[in-house]
Amino acid sequence: MSTETDGSFVDGLEDIERKRLYGRLFVAVCFASTLVGVVALVALLADVLYESWGWVSWEFLTYPPSQAVENFLPGGRGAGIYPALVGSIFLIALTAVFTVFLGVGAAIYLEEYAAESRLKSFVEANIANLAGVPSIVYGLLGLAIFVRWFQLGASLIAGALTLTLLILPIVIVSSQEALRAVPDSQRQAAYGVGATKWQVIRDVVLPRALPGIMTGTILSLSRAIGETAPILMVGASTSLFVAPDGLTSPFSAMPMTIFEWATLPEAEFQHIAAAGIVVLLTILLLMNATAILIRNRYDPRS
Amino acid sequence: METDRARLASRGGEDPDRRTASDRDRRSGTPRAEEPVIESRDLSVFYGEEQALQGIDMSIPERRVTALIGPSGCGKSTFLRSINRMNDLIDVARVEGELYFHGKNVYDDDVDPVALRRKIGMVFQKPNPFPKSIFDNVAYGLRVQGKDDDVERKVRTALERAALLDEVEDRLDESGLDLSGGQQQRLCIARAIAPDPEVILMDEPASALDPVATSQIEDLVEELAREYTVVIVTHNMQQAARISDKTAVFLTGGYLAEFDDTSKIFENPQNQRVEDYITGKFG
Ligand SMILES: Nc1ncnc2c1ncn2[C@@H]1O[C@H](COP(=O)(O)OP(=O)(O)OP(=O)(O)O)[C@@H](O)[C@H]1O
Ligand SMILES: [Mg+2]
Repeated sequence: MSTETDGSFVDGLEDIERKRLYGRLFVAVCFASTLVGVVALVALLADVLYESWGWVSWEFLTYPPSQAVENFLPGGRGAGIYPALVGSIFLIALTAVFTVFLGVGAAIYLEEYAAESRLKSFVEANIANLAGVPSIVYGLLGLAIFVRWFQLGASLIAGALTLTLLILPIVIVSSQEALRAVPDSQRQAAYGVGATKWQVIRDVVLPRALPGIMTGTILSLSRAIGETAPILMVGASTSLFVAPDGLTSPFSAMPMTIFEWATLPEAEFQHIAAAGIVVLLTILLLMNATAILIRNRYDPRS
Repeated sequence: METDRARLASRGGEDPDRRTASDRDRRSGTPRAEEPVIESRDLSVFYGEEQALQGIDMSIPERRVTALIGPSGCGKSTFLRSINRMNDLIDVARVEGELYFHGKNVYDDDVDPVALRRKIGMVFQKPNPFPKSIFDNVAYGLRVQGKDDDVERKVRTALERAALLDEVEDRLDESGLDLSGGQQQRLCIARAIAPDPEVILMDEPASALDPVATSQIEDLVEELAREYTVVIVTHNMQQAARISDKTAVFLTGGYLAEFDDTSKIFENPQNQRVEDYITGKFG
């Protein structure tokens, strides 16, 4: 490779060549790994889009489900995912309210107020562990606490509280990280002109950490919207014909309805399930896009 | 006497006659009774088990520039932070002894560190403007202190005193982060003086700046000493010689080796190790 031929640094060139070869091999392996992920995602999207082609319509979004295939067809009475769509949106909106208050509150307390202590490390370690607990366990917990003990029944609010429990650990940890990333020099600047702790947190720390907190929260919520197991445990319906109209009304959610359709024998229901998946994925992608937008737009450093 | 300081000053590549006559008058003119505004007595600071300051006794005169110099890690920043209780923010830091501000020990139980910091402003080593507009940066101290009547005028006055107004007058609503490093530091000085504190603490305010920006800050410090008591940490001995009235030399381990008029420290230090340090034999 080199045109230099004299000098002692020419010795050992072979060794460098060999190391370079390893380097290229490594790049190839990494590239292949990336490719697997991208190809799998594209294949999945292509398959779902292909399966659902022609089945997603305005009627599909605005009508309750039906057991009869012909109701889903153009010219039929109209059938779709409406109650589950509304159920999912309400569920996520409620979950968002609960997690923002509880998650951000806990993160601020742990990061800004709690003194370093064994207890604090213990609590933090356990929050991190909770993030790894399978979602069905949260479903059982929700069933025991919210449905039975609080006697909320199989209601929207019980589902939202259960999903809140599920994503709370992730929201707390990611919010703590966002708070920790606020440079100390910024806090000192505020303390230096005689700000109180509350003023420092309100004026300097929170604005600076907010994009990070929002991003983490929205990404957690988009995980929650696709969860099936926990809301199944608290008793969400698979096929409900009316949208929920209050905190305590029974509810359905998109993953439940999609699952129900996928188990039906008629071949057309595979297409209808795919149409449901397209609606779910669209909402998911919109949420994630919002998170990215917030991260890029409201980052005070840029 | 003065020539020696001038010689020291010129070593730094600065014009020795840069100081105006009135500057000199303020210093060498009619001596007024120098009331110490800040007085430390047997002040020790610990970080955990580590002792960073060893029983410091020092009296800092009002409306003068007091420079703190010494090798890295000798406790200059620690001493500075103990004046406005910024050490409170460090979990492991612990203070023993007394530090009087206008005769009141700031470590008494009934002293609110927030109220103290409203009297004693601070400027840090690295410029740290908020990601807000230039105007809001300067106004921040006024707002948190509830002095937000007539903010417009106070902000302009502070920018003027910080010798920044001319450069930013027509872009007060642009981000403070868009300024150059030197401008950012003057912005931070404006932010510190806007609520009109009595004392301004500066921790190596020019060490991250180029020579031109540095000399602007130096001019500013001398100017500020007409109205404020300034305590400034610096690594640069020529800078201390140029701008300060009193100099405290700390030595490794957290000892205050000598504290006296700047001219005395630089021309006739009493302590051999201080002399070695000043003549560049170590540090
Ligand atoms: N937050 C802290 N935690 C623990 N030890 C600290 C802390 N800050 C400073 N120290 C220690 O205290 C001693 C004095 O530090 P200080 O920062 O006051 O020195 P300095 O004179 O300002 O040094 P420099 O000129 O490098 O800024 C050092 O030994 C340092 O390691
Ligand atoms: Mg320092």
